[in-house]
Amino acid sequence: MSNLFIPNPKEAESIHIIREVAAQFERPVLLFSGGKDSITLVRLAQKAFFPAKIPFPLLHVDTGHNFPETIEFRDQLVKELGLELIVRNVQDSIDQGKVREEKGRYASRNSLQTTTLLDAIEEFKFDACIGGARRDEEKARAKERVFSVRDDFGQWDEKNQRPELFDMLNGKIHVGQNVRVFPISNWTELDVWEYIRTENIAIPSIYFAHKREVFFRDGLIWTANEHVYREAHEEVTEKWVRFRTVGDMTCTAAVLSEAVSLDDVVNEIRQSTLSERGARIDDKRSEAAMETRKKVGYF
Amino acid sequence: MNIQNRKLIKIATAGSVDDGKSTLIGRLLYDTHSLTTDKIEAIERSSRQRGYDYLDFSLATDGLVAEREQGITIDVAHIYFNTDKTNFIVADTPGHVEYTRNMVTGASTSQVAIILIDARKGVIEQTYRHFFIANLLRMSHVVVAINKMDLVNYSEDVFLKIKADFDALVSKSNFSEEQITFIPVSALKGENVTRKSEHMPWYVGNTLLDHLEVLEPEDLQESTAARFPVQLVIRPKTEAYHDFRGFSGKLYGNSLQVGDRVTVLPSGNESTIKSIHFFDQELESAAPGSSIVLTLADEVNCSRGDMIVKSGEVPKSEKLLSATICQVNSKPLQVGQKYTLQHGVNRVLAKVDRIEAKVHTDFSGTEETDQLKLNDIGKVHFKLSKPIHFDSYHQSKSNGAFILIDEGSFDTVSVGFIE
Repeated sequence: MSNLFIPNPKEAESIHIIREVAAQFERPVLLFSGGKDSITLVRLAQKAFFPAKIPFPLLHVDTGHNFPETIEFRDQLVKELGLELIVRNVQDSIDQGKVREEKGRYASRNSLQTTTLLDAIEEFKFDACIGGARRDEEKARAKERVFSVRDDFGQWDEKNQRPELFDMLNGKIHVGQNVRVFPISNWTELDVWEYIRTENIAIPSIYFAHKREVFFRDGLIWTANEHVYREAHEEVTEKWVRFRTVGDMTCTAAVLSEAVSLDDVVNEIRQSTLSERGARIDDKRSEAAMETRKKVGYF
Repeated sequence: MNIQNRKLIKIATAGSVDDGKSTLIGRLLYDTHSLTTDKIEAIERSSRQRGYDYLDFSLATDGLVAEREQGITIDVAHIYFNTDKTNFIVADTPGHVEYTRNMVTGASTSQVAIILIDARKGVIEQTYRHFFIANLLRMSHVVVAINKMDLVNYSEDVFLKIKADFDALVSKSNFSEEQITFIPVSALKGENVTRKSEHMPWYVGNTLLDHLEVLEPEDLQESTAARFPVQLVIRPKTEAYHDFRGFSGKLYGNSLQVGDRVTVLPSGNESTIKSIHFFDQELESAAPGSSIVLTLADEVNCSRGDMIVKSGEVPKSEKLLSATICQVNSKPLQVGQKYTLQHGVNRVLAKVDRIEAKVHTDFSGTEETDQLKLNDIGKVHFKLSKPIHFDSYHQSKSNGAFILIDEGSFDTVSVGFIE
């Protein structure tokens, strides 16, 4: 047959999942962090509905400690694609006394996001939240479903998950429940980067090597600025670095890198022996850190 | 090389407790350099803490706290690794009797099953059950990994005895001999996993990894009739696409091309494929597995849950259904009960008309029963509120399976394979 289109199986699966969300839920939302995974989700959502627009808004839970490059990128993307963006701030949750700012050496607003997220879900009555989590990121995530049902408190019960058979997705829920949806569950970090390169998708500049003021602690490279706690003896130096994830500045470590193009980044990832979440300070707290956070509703 | 060009092989693993399944997967990850430095360090640290004099690769996959405490795997975990030529997804499923549902779940998204046998124990009741499920789900290929060969002095006699016992099972199944491969391994020592063993010169076949790499996705994909279940109608209502009315979905079974004469079910209306879209590209034809948008030449009634097929290749449409059911929820299936039946993306109401029999998963026959409990497999007859458009599971995996959703809890309680 002439010009037979052969699909990329992981892309086709993700598009199928995103369409099921639009079909099975009344108020879906795409959780957008400005990171490469959620940017990939936006491209997949475009493909799922083209030539129609993406039929749901983006929600960004802003810790106030995001890299400014990420925020600029977010606003640009939303404008270009004509998307609806909702921003909810962790600062507001702090001001309302719902959460308390962490103190000390490892202070981070990362875990405070959960409260702001759950409040936003309630405020907008979202019944499905699409996220860019992948099963290869972390071992507790390896058991996550594509449609993951959460109770009124946003809690995840890993022993009581619905089995997912073939590609049939069961999104039936009770009032008050919602579903976290992970369309790129089966992608690896390398899959995401290769996809971004193949599709030539724009990403925030901090993913590429740049000069930055940093300091070293516990074998990790931390950004030196006013949001990140630093002790007097922890010396600031300028290094060529890039980020492999773009979470909150307080919990995202940089890696030394000279990768300035997508080709460089893909090659670096392929050869890399430090896993992606190895540069996430929040996971270093304990071996079960992610599982504990997920149980209380963290994304 | 990019992802589009690399093959994707999906594997389900099954073994009993202590067969060394997690160790085998950990070994595959380690030997393909898929474990990162920080994970290897964590494994070294944990192994030291536990006083082992070897690296405990099972720690690479045993994720949840509860599992680490009990030292067992309790749910399906997905693991990813790749070689230069192939992307692999492993659905790691536990081996307990009570967790049949997990193997069915893992196997439903996989093409290849790896069944582990402890060389010291040989073929046991659990092996029967795992192979029964591989047969029920029509896996394309089964690899029987006879593990812990180091503990039986790498004996060929032990290997041949287990192979003969297993062959007796194969003769009771729908598999042909070519679909089953036996490999003697030691996951702990890395023998015949990715490296050919010097201790077993009598084994002339491929290592496990070489064997998995040789499998071709073409062999693994069934080629039947094209089935296009409609997920959503795409109506942009923009100036550029004012009159655009497209049908989005994932194509199964075979390819479709522009100009194909098609029938829309359930209405039975016929039309012709006017265009095939994938994002901003217009395609001439699309292979099965594509998530695409079709437009038709005529204004026909078509919405979510409908199915577009080639005229002349119309599936069965019936309100009475017989299926093999695997119960995947603790609430039993009983006669008279009503469920939402989800077949692909289509949902209808279904009532259990009759439970014909419970099927023994050790190939020993059937027994009468009035209910199917968690992990039971049985033959069940249903009445549906509306006809669905199906093939038998034997003809088409994608169009021959369904799930049952409990009307109260909304849990997925059963999976069905249509006769």
